[in-house]
Amino acid sequence: MVGVEGSYNDKVIRQFSVMTVVWGVVGMLVGGFIAAQLYWPALNFDVPWLSYGRLRPLHTNAVIFAFGGCALFATSLYTVQRTCHVRLISDKLASFVFWGWQLVIVAAAISLPLGYTQGKEYAELEWPIDVLITIVWVAYAVLFFGTIVKRKVKHIYVANWFYGAYIITIALLHVINNLAIPAGWMKSYSVYSGAVDAMVQWWYGHNAVGFFLTTAFLGMMYYFVPKQAGRPIYSYRLSIVHFWALIAIYMWAGPHHLQYTALPDWAQSLGMVFSLVLLAPSWGGAINGILTLSGVWYKLRTDPILKFLVVSLSFYMMSTFEGPMMSIKTVNSLSHYTDWTIGHVHSGALGWVAMISIGSIYAMLPRLLRLPKMYSVKLIDTHFWLHTIGVVVYIAAMWIAGVTQGLMWRATDPDTGTLTYSFVEALNATKPYYLFRIGGGLIVLSGMLVMAWNVFKTFRIASASTEPQPLLAPDAADARA
Amino acid sequence: MTSHWTWYVIAIVVLNLVGCVWLLRGNTRRSPTDPKPDETGHVWDGDLTEYNKPLPRWWINLFYITIVFAVAYLLWFGVGSFKGYGHWSSHKEWALDQAAEDARLDDALKLYAGKSIDDLANDPQAVAMGRTIFINRCAACHGSTGHGATGFPDLTDDIWHWGGTPHRILETIQEGRQAVMPAWATTLTAQGGQTAVDDTIAYVLSLSRPDQPKSEAVDRGEKLFGGICVACHGPQGKGNQVVGAPDLSDSYWLYGSSKASLRKTLNEGRQGVMPAWKPVLGDTRTRLVGAYVWTLSPHKVPPPAGAVVAE
Repeated sequence: MVGVEGSYNDKVIRQFSVMTVVWGVVGMLVGGFIAAQLYWPALNFDVPWLSYGRLRPLHTNAVIFAFGGCALFATSLYTVQRTCHVRLISDKLASFVFWGWQLVIVAAAISLPLGYTQGKEYAELEWPIDVLITIVWVAYAVLFFGTIVKRKVKHIYVANWFYGAYIITIALLHVINNLAIPAGWMKSYSVYSGAVDAMVQWWYGHNAVGFFLTTAFLGMMYYFVPKQAGRPIYSYRLSIVHFWALIAIYMWAGPHHLQYTALPDWAQSLGMVFSLVLLAPSWGGAINGILTLSGVWYKLRTDPILKFLVVSLSFYMMSTFEGPMMSIKTVNSLSHYTDWTIGHVHSGALGWVAMISIGSIYAMLPRLLRLPKMYSVKLIDTHFWLHTIGVVVYIAAMWIAGVTQGLMWRATDPDTGTLTYSFVEALNATKPYYLFRIGGGLIVLSGMLVMAWNVFKTFRIASASTEPQPLLAPDAADARA
Repeated sequence: MTSHWTWYVIAIVVLNLVGCVWLLRGNTRRSPTDPKPDETGHVWDGDLTEYNKPLPRWWINLFYITIVFAVAYLLWFGVGSFKGYGHWSSHKEWALDQAAEDARLDDALKLYAGKSIDDLANDPQAVAMGRTIFINRCAACHGSTGHGATGFPDLTDDIWHWGGTPHRILETIQEGRQAVMPAWATTLTAQGGQTAVDDTIAYVLSLSRPDQPKSEAVDRGEKLFGGICVACHGPQGKGNQVVGAPDLSDSYWLYGSSKASLRKTLNEGRQGVMPAWKPVLGDTRTRLVGAYVWTLSPHKVPPPAGAVVAE
């Protein structure tokens, strides 16, 4: 064994973990509210900053970049320390990343309801906030890669490949898509125009899904699934193949958001075929995670954390199958602009992203607080069932609503060739499912509240002065000077 | 698109797909020199280790199938200025679909060509067709039930600003209407002093409430009305369907009956627009939608005020 001294920086991990739960509750609450507005439009109270158009981007930014983002900061900075066997290179930089990111979130929560927006989906924030994001992100990259450079082991663990790819790519996507000419402090104009602007936006938009919501969370999966299952990763070579294929092919998928638009036909074709090629690389990660459980499936009976992780992988496989299917032009002509898309994105976001994050936080938090387990394992199980049932209700409602809309919008009278239904008739037909959607969302939110309670009680039973955890010595065979 | 860019796109597409195949081939078989075929021997964080099991065969095949499909699809549908061996384009597909729909529509419309809308209103099939046209074209302003909205007339009552005979309704739909209510406030104030606008409003409101006692303001307003408004709205405000001047003595208010709304009308004027639909829908479909609109109203067409419509 190689002797090491020092401890891990767990303070920043605890901060990000707590904020993951806080922003998860807030983001899903806003989601529940706007879902209710779709059913009871009077809920905008004729107040501009409570209107759907302003709160919807607040919801998406809160759940993706605040909830998902904090979960990724927490787990990536945890994983990189544990698998490199060193402390983060700088405590001050770690602190800056935490407070900087919280500032970004607060700026979003204020500016979006006030109506400041660039009008680009998932990139609504105006240019001063974009600049702040860039600075915080570069600090994060220095922190992460600096720690990798200082590592005490020869090999870089697979989870860090995924986290690394996500950090580099998000920087690239964020900067290129947000290039704009400022016209005042809270107003700017994109440097792109027309179909090019749309293409850059959806190159960004789909890779926000591909790298922020997929690649990064696969990094989470690669640490917490084998750790929780107590089993080796199924296949190193599968990791290599699906990692490189995934990050190369994802870059091409953006145009499938623009099927049958002003984008040239060939660009739409490329978006479609590369989305189909993406199926195998996507499933590669899920296979590697699920087969890691070979021999320990019985643990699912007693470990609700493992249930979260495994069910998240099932939702991941399902939505990465659904995505390529929806990118096929003929399917897209039915699904596009309908609630099917909303169902698809929530099966990915609530099923895959939220469940892997929640499972990982439950697995990580007791270790951060030097406790054997969370305050209540039974409540984790309660959360698991609430979340699973809520997600299934939500996406089933949106599937039915979406397919109904698609069919009604295109229906023409067989005798006369005129459109059969008016827009409002399709809206009426989908209205009941909007109620189911609110129900599903509220069940998921109630699960998050159970988690918040469990996390709060866990902090209460942790000793007030948590000793810093000493660095673990690397395995002798793998140690690096 | 220039051939330079086409070659650039083709090159990176090929590079990506060949790269995937290379990755798959390189990792499918175990290297004979591999000392530990089934595990890597790496250890992290105390207990994180890796097997090195072979890739599942079905997964490899799935990957190859999607790559072969991608190549075949792009050869058939084209990349950049290479139009593909199938010579497909979304414009061509759309034009074919449109031609097929048009042919079907022409067939369906032949039956109704040139018929008057009161004739068509007796044919349930024609009315049903008219309804589908209405809900997709007219409902945006007049509502899906034809009850209208502020600024957009209710079509289900027997009040017609531009005339309620079948002939006039069809003319409204086909040629459109442009209502012009000028902004009269300045002129009124010049003639009747500071209270002129309010006085005129008081008089106009009294027209539809004859049972209420008349105030002095109403009397002053009546004089102003008689000098200016009477030209279009007629004596006692009965309106004139030739110029689309609404009857002000009934209980229907196109822009609402509040004093604030009437003040806005006098201060800024009103320019109600009904677009001309014949250029969009053609003759027969406007007749069908006219027939549907005709069935919505109770058919008690009041005798046109002002000039009598030639019919």
